[in-house]
Amino acid sequence: MRLLFPIAIPLTTAVLGLFAWRWRAVQRGLGVAGAAALLITSFELLKSVWQQGPQATWVGNWPPPFGITLIADLLSAIMVALAAVIGFAVALYSLAHVDPAREAFGYYPLLHILLMGVCGAFLTGDLFNLYVWFEVMLMASFVLLALGGERAQLEGAIKYVTLNLMASTLFLTAVGLLYGTVGTLNMADVALKIRPLASSGITTSIAFLLLTAFGIKAAIFPLFFWLPASYHTPPVAVSAVFAGLLTKVGVYALLRVFTLIFIEQERTIPTVVLALSALTMLTGVLGAVVQSEFRRILSFNIVSHIGYMILGLGLFTTAGLAGSIFYIIHHIIVITNLFLVSGLVHAVQGSFDLGRLGGLYRTHPGLAVLFLIPALSLSGVPPLSGFFAKLLLVRAGLHAEQWSIVAIALGVSLLTLLSMMKIWAEVFWKPKESDPLTEGSVASRVPPMAERAAMRSRLGLWSSAGLAVLTAMIGLGADFVLAFAEAAAEQLRHPDLYISTMLQRGHP
Amino acid sequence: MELLLAIVIGSLYATGLYMLLRRSVVKLIIGLGLLSNGSNLLIFTIGRLVRGRPPIVPEGESSVPSPFADPLPQALILTAIVISFGVLAFALVLIHRAYQKVGTDDLDDLKTTDM
Amino acid sequence: MKRRRLEHSSEVHLRNAPLPALEWERASVILGVAVRALLPLLLLFSIFLLLRGHHAPGGGFIGGLVAAAAVALYALAYGATAAQQLLRLSPRGLVAAGLATALASALVGPLTGAPFLTGRWMKVGRLELGTPLLFDVGVFLVVIGVTLWIVLTLAEE
Repeated sequence: MRLLFPIAIPLTTAVLGLFAWRWRAVQRGLGVAGAAALLITSFELLKSVWQQGPQATWVGNWPPPFGITLIADLLSAIMVALAAVIGFAVALYSLAHVDPAREAFGYYPLLHILLMGVCGAFLTGDLFNLYVWFEVMLMASFVLLALGGERAQLEGAIKYVTLNLMASTLFLTAVGLLYGTVGTLNMADVALKIRPLASSGITTSIAFLLLTAFGIKAAIFPLFFWLPASYHTPPVAVSAVFAGLLTKVGVYALLRVFTLIFIEQERTIPTVVLALSALTMLTGVLGAVVQSEFRRILSFNIVSHIGYMILGLGLFTTAGLAGSIFYIIHHIIVITNLFLVSGLVHAVQGSFDLGRLGGLYRTHPGLAVLFLIPALSLSGVPPLSGFFAKLLLVRAGLHAEQWSIVAIALGVSLLTLLSMMKIWAEVFWKPKESDPLTEGSVASRVPPMAERAAMRSRLGLWSSAGLAVLTAMIGLGADFVLAFAEAAAEQLRHPDLYISTMLQRGHP
Repeated sequence: MELLLAIVIGSLYATGLYMLLRRSVVKLIIGLGLLSNGSNLLIFTIGRLVRGRPPIVPEGESSVPSPFADPLPQALILTAIVISFGVLAFALVLIHRAYQKVGTDDLDDLKTTDM
Repeated sequence: MKRRRLEHSSEVHLRNAPLPALEWERASVILGVAVRALLPLLLLFSIFLLLRGHHAPGGGFIGGLVAAAAVALYALAYGATAAQQLLRLSPRGLVAAGLATALASALVGPLTGAPFLTGRWMKVGRLELGTPLLFDVGVFLVVIGVTLWIVLTLAEE
């Protein structure tokens, strides 16, 4: 029953939101109430999975290999909890920062359908069902991305839609081939049945098809171009939830599939993933360093940090996977927060362009602190969460004697710091230029007075501050989070528990 | 029959990819449609082709006589068709809006967000 | 999306509603007359498909598509506004109602102590009614709603 809540609650919220289409106040209330309910139930789920081990439910009461199984091991439960945290923070932030036109066009129901898709993808134990959840999530994200219909949004949306549909088709093809090969799509059953075929040609082809499909979704090295082309176009709240959750679903799928199903002796895939991880880290951060738009810098940083997240998968040791999971926990919270801060900056000065911004340290010192915490955390400055995340990965890399990847990871974190300091220097430190030309165009971008007053509402600050506190807490309580990450990694490395939970039915 | 379908699937993938690589947005959408049809047909073919043997237990027996059509791939395809129907319909609305806004269907003119 | 409610009448809506004026740019008398004959037939057929889906090929999805196609035809002949009035409910309302129905059918399982979406049946005379049918009705409504939402949005431009 607990497993249902992360799917049923957002769906119910979305349906109620559709009924209350005309009453914007009701929609706003529902948006936050639904997110809060999701937050509470998902932490309950995490707690019970932590205490009692993996749990499963068999949808429609079908016996295991036939029907769809929903299963939560520790990794799934952690991811669902993170999705709920981000959903709640963004719902709160949206109250203050999403314009009434979008709210009137079903922003909150869409947000909740997106959350449902994300949670469903984390919880499902069936490959085709994973495809369906991907599509649910993508449909909602397409509309959220294009909602508003500005030129940049539409251009971004076309790229996003095309590449993600490509990925879905590749995924579907792989699912079809897999079904033809082993005759089942239940992940645990596939894992068992594919073992004798582990090094056959068809298995390798399917593995690489899936790597490409999930690679597009996760935005890893040669497949990431859709991300920086689209993530900076929608309103900040939408960017933030995309940045926090969507690519991570791809990373989750990679982690799940390549620790459960495709485990071969030769370790070709981890080697490839390791190389991709290095290239992803490097290209992402180099892109970030040359950009001069707030959200585009952040978008390239997402790409770069996806590299860290798959590094642990590339190392394929328990310590490495634990590092990856810790990194995901840290990154989701930090990058969402940075996007939220970019929105707060935009609300104050009306631009995302670094050249046009400035002087915020003098006028809004609180905002400066809000930026500095996640920014330093992202670059890995102790004692914030990013430091421990990187430390774990570096340590795992040293243990696995992968010196070059460790060197790259450390170098990239310096470059990340550079890109963050660029934002700091331009937006907060330098005095604001006030030549009449820029003044004019800034004025035209600033929303009218009444809306600005609404935008200054404290809700946005609160949700950003809440995430900043979480970052600091993950840093200070690193031992506690690490225990979770290590246990989750342990479950990934030894999938027998996952498999037996899924296939052996107890009492529902 | 399998051979024929394999050829059809191959050509669907090939034409789909070719269309994706064109500069026109409309052709892009057509390409995506062809690709998804190709993968649906792939699933259909890979579930083994059996003619006229529905997987329905006959009256008075307890199981289906042996060569019968696998119902699962068909369920998968149905789901995938529904999904791609929805996604393509949305994509059509999207390119329509984009065309109204930008006034071109040339993908080379749609790269202002790339810089 | 402007929506006007028709006056409530107890008679059959289709027969007694005043014939909307054909929009001159799409006016085709043949289509207009044919649609008026086809519409009730197609709607009936869609419900037949929905119910037949219980034990034989058919079901909520294609039933919904047929119904949506019928209304879309009507929109082609008489314009999107007229189709909107014919529907009475907005497409969005249909989607909401459909999702709620499907969700309700899915929750019957958990409420009676079985997993999500478990089929539950009851007998009314010779008739077997169950949650799968309710679910299908939900699908039917969602499909009509979504399809018409898209069609009417495009048609209004």
